[in-house]
Parts: sequence; C-alpha cells; structure tokens
Amino acid sequence: MKKTVTLGALTVAALAAGAAGAATLDDVKARGELKCGVSTGLAGFSAPDANNVWQGFDVAYCRALAAAVLGDPMKVAFTQTTGQTRFTALASGEIDVLARNTTWTFSRDVDLKFEFIGVNYYDGQGFIAPKSLGVASAKELDGATVCIQTGTTTELNLADFFRANNISYEPVPIETNAEAQQQYLAGACDVYTTDASGLAATRATFENPSDHVILPEIISKEPLGPLVRHGDNEWGDIARWTLNALIAAEEYGVTSANIAELSSAPTNNPEINRLLGTEGELGAMLGLDAEWAKRAIMAGGNYGEIFEKNIGEATPIGLSRGLNAQWTEGGLLYSPPFR
Amino acid sequence: MSDTHAQTVAYVRDTMLDQQDPPLNQVGAVKWIRENLFSGWLNILLTLLSLWVVYAALSHLLPWALRGIWDASNLSECRALAAERYGADASVACWAVLAERWPQLIFGFFPKELYWRPILAFLLFLAAVAPVLFSSVPRKMLWVTALAPFALFWLIWGGSIWGPIAAILGFVIGWAIMTYAAPKIGALLAVILAIIVPVLYWLFVCGPLAGALASVVPLSLQTVATQKMGGFLLATIIGVSGIVLSLPLGILLALGRQSDMFIINKFSVAFIEIIRGVPLIVWLFTASLLLNYFLPPGTNFDLMLRVIIMVTLFSAAYIAEVVRGGLAALPKGQYEAADALGLDYWKSMRLIILPQALKISIPGIVNTFIGLFKDTTLVVFIGLLDPIGLSSSIRASTDWNGVYWELFVFIGLCFFIFCFSMGRYSLFLEKKLRREHR
Repeated sequence: MKKTVTLGALTVAALAAGAAGAATLDDVKARGELKCGVSTGLAGFSAPDANNVWQGFDVAYCRALAAAVLGDPMKVAFTQTTGQTRFTALASGEIDVLARNTTWTFSRDVDLKFEFIGVNYYDGQGFIAPKSLGVASAKELDGATVCIQTGTTTELNLADFFRANNISYEPVPIETNAEAQQQYLAGACDVYTTDASGLAATRATFENPSDHVILPEIISKEPLGPLVRHGDNEWGDIARWTLNALIAAEEYGVTSANIAELSSAPTNNPEINRLLGTEGELGAMLGLDAEWAKRAIMAGGNYGEIFEKNIGEATPIGLSRGLNAQWTEGGLLYSPPFR
Repeated sequence: MSDTHAQTVAYVRDTMLDQQDPPLNQVGAVKWIRENLFSGWLNILLTLLSLWVVYAALSHLLPWALRGIWDASNLSECRALAAERYGADASVACWAVLAERWPQLIFGFFPKELYWRPILAFLLFLAAVAPVLFSSVPRKMLWVTALAPFALFWLIWGGSIWGPIAAILGFVIGWAIMTYAAPKIGALLAVILAIIVPVLYWLFVCGPLAGALASVVPLSLQTVATQKMGGFLLATIIGVSGIVLSLPLGILLALGRQSDMFIINKFSVAFIEIIRGVPLIVWLFTASLLLNYFLPPGTNFDLMLRVIIMVTLFSAAYIAEVVRGGLAALPKGQYEAADALGLDYWKSMRLIILPQALKISIPGIVNTFIGLFKDTTLVVFIGLLDPIGLSSSIRASTDWNGVYWELFVFIGLCFFIFCFSMGRYSLFLEKKLRREHR
C-alpha cells in the first residue's frame, strides 16, 4: 500500500512514463475488456471468491468503470500487482487503470507521471493494542514495543509521531501483514501499527476481536485512490467522473434499487437527470453514451452501497464511514457538480 | 587325574544340549531397542527426552489436524463449530478452507468447466515422460514425447489447433533438410540451412498458414489467458518447462565451458557466471519490470513466458556447473580413448563422455531441479499467483481472513510429494546405472 518504491523502478517508470500511446478509450473498446490492476489480495478491497470472481471495494470501482465504458461490469481482466510491480504495470500499458489502494502522494502524482483521479478511501495509520495493556491513547505508549512493516511509509510516520510526542518506542520489524498478525498475537510486540482499514480487517480475523482495541489516534494521511497514466486526459476524465458519479449518486439518493425508476423519466432534480442522462449531453462530452453513469451505478450500487457491501459495518471488516461519509454528513466525500 | 575329578563331581552330562532360542531380551524388537535406544545411561536419557519431544509435538498436532472442521463456509463458522464440538478453547484445524478452495489452489482461475484440460494435459505429460524416465517403456512411446509439448500447449492455452501443427511443420522442414539435402550440399551448409529456413518459416509463414488452415477447418479450444492460471498449475508449468529446457541448455553450456574455442568458451563462462552471480528474484524482476520498457509499447510478451525463460536460464547455469563437475571427474583416458577410436567430437561426447559424466551428475542435477521447482514460488513477488500467492489471495477474502496453517500445510504437502518423487527417481536411476560395484 505504501511500500516505498524502489529507486530503480522509480527511475525506470519516470523514464518510460507516457511511452504507451494515448486513446486508451479506443484501445479498451477495441479490446472489449478493461484491464484493471488490483492488489494480489487485501481483505475487503480485492480478493477472488470461490468461483474465481474478484470481489472487493477496489474491484467494484473497476467494474463500474467497465460498465460505463463497455456496458458490462464483468468485462474486466484483473491483473494482480504487488507493491513493486504496480507502477510499472500501469506505466508500460499492461493495465488501463490501477485500483490498488494506492496512497496519493506528491511524488507518485508528479514524478512517476501518474494521474490520481480521486480518492475512493480516506485512510490513515492507526494502532491496535490488547485491551489488557490498558492504554486508551497512543500517547500513553511510552516504551512500548511496536510491530511495524519495514520499508513502508508507516515506519517513518511512526518515528515522527513518537518524536513529536517526546516518547520512546522499540520497533519490531516485520515483513508482511500476515506475519505481523501472528507476531502481535504471539505477544512479540505490545502494539501493531498499519493503516486503520488494515487494522480493522486484521482485528476481524482474531478469535476474540473484542480483546483488542484500535486506539483513537490516526497519525498520518493516506488518501487511497485509483490512478491512470499521464498523457491521456480523455481517459483520465472518464475514470475520474465514473468515481464521482458513484459518490454523487449516494449524495442524491440514487441507489441500485431506485435507479431504474429514476432514469425512466426526467425527475424534478435536474442534477439527477444530468447524471443519469435523461437531460443534457454529459455522456457525449466524455465520448460515451448518455447512460454511462447509470450503468456504472447499476454495476454495484452507489458509493455507499459498495462501501457497505465490501468493508462496511455489516461485514466482518466492519469499518465505519468516518472520513468516508458524504460531506453533508461530516465526511470528506465531495463530488464536483454534474453540470 | 580324571579319576579324581570323577569322584568330586556327582554327575557329568555326556550328551549335547539341544539348541535353544536366545533369551527374549536378545532377539527382535526388544534386542534392537535395548541395543539402540537403551544401551547406556546417556542413551536412555536421550531416548526418553526424544520420546517426550515427539509426544509433545504429536499431542498438539494430531488433535488439531484430526479433529479439523471440514464443513463450514467461513472462518467464524469454523470457530463456532469447533467451540460447539470440542469446547470453547479447543484449537482445531479449519480444513473447510481447503474443501472450498482446493480447485483454486490447484488450477488458479482456470475456468471450472475446462478443468478437464489441465488434467488431461497432466496425464499426457506423464505418458510423455515415461519413456524418457524408464527404459522398460516401449520405445515407440518416444513419439508421444516428441509431440507432447505442442499438445500440452494447445490443451492448456487453447486456441486453434493449427497453430501448434504449423509450428511442428517447422521442425519437419529442418529435419527434411538435414536428411535429404545434407548429402548433396555438405553437412555444414545443411546445418546452417536447417536452422535458418525453419526460423524464417516460423517468422513469416507459420502465422498466416495457421490462420488460413483455421479458416478452412476451424478446430479450436476456448482460449485461456495466462492471467487465469495460478496455483500448482502455474508452478508445474513453470517448473516442468524450466526443467525440460534447462537440462539440454545446461549440458551445452558445460561443454562450451570446456571447449577450446575461444568465443564459445568465454561466452559460456560469462553466461554462467553472470546468471549464477545474481539472485533469481532479480532476474524475475528484470523479466517482469525491465523488459516492459525495452520492448516496444503494446507488445504483448506473455509474463509467464518471460518467467519461464528466466527460470530456464537460471537453472541452466547451475546445471552447467553440475555437469562440468561430472565431466571433470572422468579420467582423461576416457577422452583419449574416444579420440583413439576415431570418433568426432559430438560422437565421442554422445557415446562415451556424456553417458558417464551425466551418471555421475545425477544427484546434483536432480538437486538443481528440486530447487528450481520450489523456486517457482518466488513468482509471487511479481504478481503471478503461485500457490503461496493464492493462499494470501484466499486469506484476503472476508470469509477466510485469518487462515494460515491449513493452507501452508496443504501447499507444503503438495510440494513435498513432487520433490520427494523426484528424489526417489534419482535414487532409482543411480541404482540402475551403478555398473562398477556390481
């Protein structure tokens, strides 16, 4: 998620970015399939089910995009990418869009020559500790041993946080999340730190989740979002506004249940009409037909439905909306207007 | 003197006693145990300690494995069932994850209705290697071996049957040139032609020919993309291709390293040392990341093919060194004897040197192959879903998040079966070829 990119990959990516030609939309249409890069497996965000169908929060975005462009949410070829291969896969044109809970940072956007098309999940680094440790705040962790994945930005964030609060800690370096869970449960460290969404997913797998508490402090900003290559703004627009359509649909109360009714005839909310193509020419401006957004929303529901189905409170992962609520409800989700 | 004695002893037996069974503690298992396990205070102590360790391990492992839950649809259900059946803090395996996901671990994302294809391919593969591995199998089966690579490719990737057939035609052309043209135009020219003509054929004629044939008689299997392959299917494809291709390449490199010809010698040395001096994972990253940039944009050079090439080159370098060891172990007299018989270089290698050198190298070669097969799990780092990669994918589904040991035990067992059979075959071959100590 935040594995620091190796220097080599960075240089190479910078050299070759933009090598793949423009007009991704035409390529996708000609191919009849969207190539979407996802994580090799992250609970709730992307994972294959028993029938070999990919499921998850990031996967749902790819399906919506495929539905908007090709008319069929299943016309997606998922390419599994690791923290090391994801950027080169996108830069070399092996994939059309990368939806792999990638943190939007300055250098990735500017130096690696990618275009983040929005934020689909606002994450941040948190701590999990056993209840028996008796801490209520991360600031009480003076002298604690902390399990931490090496080579990630979480490592740097952790050092910053403890220094800023003038307390000490002892790091226990860990390679993977799976290893970290085992070490933490075995008591090799007092607390484990990684992205809050990851912590929630991790805690859900414990035999006794209620024995562990996620501390309230969030010590870093991790806006996760899909990204495309520099140099094809039309494709970037389609990707960006597909995400916005999912977010806006929730804001306007368009759900997979009522979308058929709302799109059958113009309603008295002009914004909904423009979104669903019963009014205006927004689809044509993108180079798509009028019902692109309708299909995208029908693929898996609006943003809220996708959230609830994959990572929401009813799922084992049990994330609350928090920062990812609509701006009208105190969150950060704010889609620019459809006009 | 004897009289004196006779008077002091009341009875003297004058017949032999019948032979009796040795005492119970001197035969069979009891004797073995006494001699090997309880022969002195130190050994008694060590035996008891070992027994305790074995018991401690098994007393945790066996209940965990044998009481495992097979019928659950997710991990929490598994835990609930375990608590219901064996009490709240029972630690039992959740084999249900295997019951649900084993097809995925074996075949990856290969379409379910097409599972018969990899299975048939595997059987065909067994039939194809049988004549190579066992000399008791009829020699005619070698034809199966020759045709198997094309049939296997067709079965696994699908597509038109005319592609592989057109590719075979290239080899037929080369063979025809060697057989019919060589007497007329000389051996060297024939060899050069036999290489160039098929290559030109594959580059320019093969594709259109296959297309034309396919339009006349469309006979094809549903195409399966490489991304759909994973699990042990992927590991086996990469491992087997690597093994089959690296052996001849490695032998050639070993011969090249011993050659007197400057360019061939230096090329072989440089190749072996460079490939061997860099970790496999670096070569895999090269295959997956760097090659993308050297190739023109839009080139679709299959990732699995790139990996197979890299794995083959890597293990060929190791095989070359192993075979070189075998070549070096042969007495110089063998080389001189071959020369004295008037054999040319290739004949002397084929008939005299290599059979002996390879026999010496068998354990090393098989060792390299076993290593290669296990190294296929490294492809997880470049985003291919080998069994280990799939296990983390499975763990990423909300149903099975938190399952570790069950998956690793299964994967470990499968790898053990493959590698152990290879090791056993190597022993069998060594025994069969042991000539000097009979």
